[in-house]
Amino acid sequence: MLGPLTLLLGCQFVGEVLVRALGAPLPGPVVGLLILLAILTVRDGPDPELRSVSDTLLRYLALLFVPAGVGIVTQLDVLGRNWLAVAVAVLVSTALGLVVTGLVMQRLAGRSA
Amino acid sequence: MNGQFTALFVYLQTTPLLGLGATLVAFQGASVVSARLPRIALFNPMPLAILVLVVLLLVTGTPYSVYFQGGQYVQFLLGPATVALAVPMHANLHHIRRSAHAILPAIVAGAAVAAGSAMAIAHALGAPREIVLSLAPKSVTTPIAMGIAEQIGGQPALAAVFVLLTGLTAVAIAAPLMRLARVRDWRAQGLAGGTAGHGLATAHLLTINETGGAFAGLAIGINGVVTAVLVPLLARLF
Repeated sequence: MLGPLTLLLGCQFVGEVLVRALGAPLPGPVVGLLILLAILTVRDGPDPELRSVSDTLLRYLALLFVPAGVGIVTQLDVLGRNWLAVAVAVLVSTALGLVVTGLVMQRLAGRSA
Repeated sequence: MNGQFTALFVYLQTTPLLGLGATLVAFQGASVVSARLPRIALFNPMPLAILVLVVLLLVTGTPYSVYFQGGQYVQFLLGPATVALAVPMHANLHHIRRSAHAILPAIVAGAAVAAGSAMAIAHALGAPREIVLSLAPKSVTTPIAMGIAEQIGGQPALAAVFVLLTGLTAVAIAAPLMRLARVRDWRAQGLAGGTAGHGLATAHLLTINETGGAFAGLAIGINGVVTAVLVPLLARLF
């Protein structure tokens, strides 16, 4: 368990360093994700230990969002003042995103489903 | 007795124990409750746990900063968890290779439209810049969305809430909307769900169609990277 955890944190660390060194507008962990993806491609897949640690982390992914979500208490009045703008923006943009992605993919992917 | 209790509470407020314990207890309680409720996205353990903790903080008058002393230990794991998304992405690489010509344009178009229209609508309806910027990464999985929001000057906490609302919306409207737009290909429906509605839509799709679920899972990771690149450029317009 220690090996895979070190690998994950190492990728994140290198990602954070790269983002800052290059001034890239990307979150460090996303660059870390790409680094790990490159490593996995070279190695031809994760070893069982890495797979089990990442499965465990991702199984509890929902829990990891909770502290940030609770942060809504600090934003209640901002949200209260702008609830209509937020509601319309979320509803319309989600609908547009779904339709555009679906139509472009269906058109380009061809008929063989 | 009362004085002792107050002293104990004052002590606990200075340690991470209270916030960390409350988070774990609330989440496990919410998991038990949601398993007994109808399978609707709103009854996920995550929104339920957040609701319970928010009410708890408001009722006891505990500041968020005190709670976060413990909460930060849970949140820290979002970094390595984001990196770990590479493992399921790697498992789906053969899908990417086979239809890369369609997947990338579809996700880029969907990501740009979702982020751009959310910012434009909120801006037009008079929302402050902080809200507009926090809405930009709303279609992306939460750890990436929070990182993007922080990067462009939004509020990570607001972004997390908008991501949640977006996922719930996508789950609610995807099926009728896809019928209306005549998108029948499951690869396209899955990619649309994952791009516009991240993990919540993916979890929902997995219960309906396996191909749809696989493409949705693929879309989460790719859209995270695509949006992380696109949004800072789009944000300059606002």
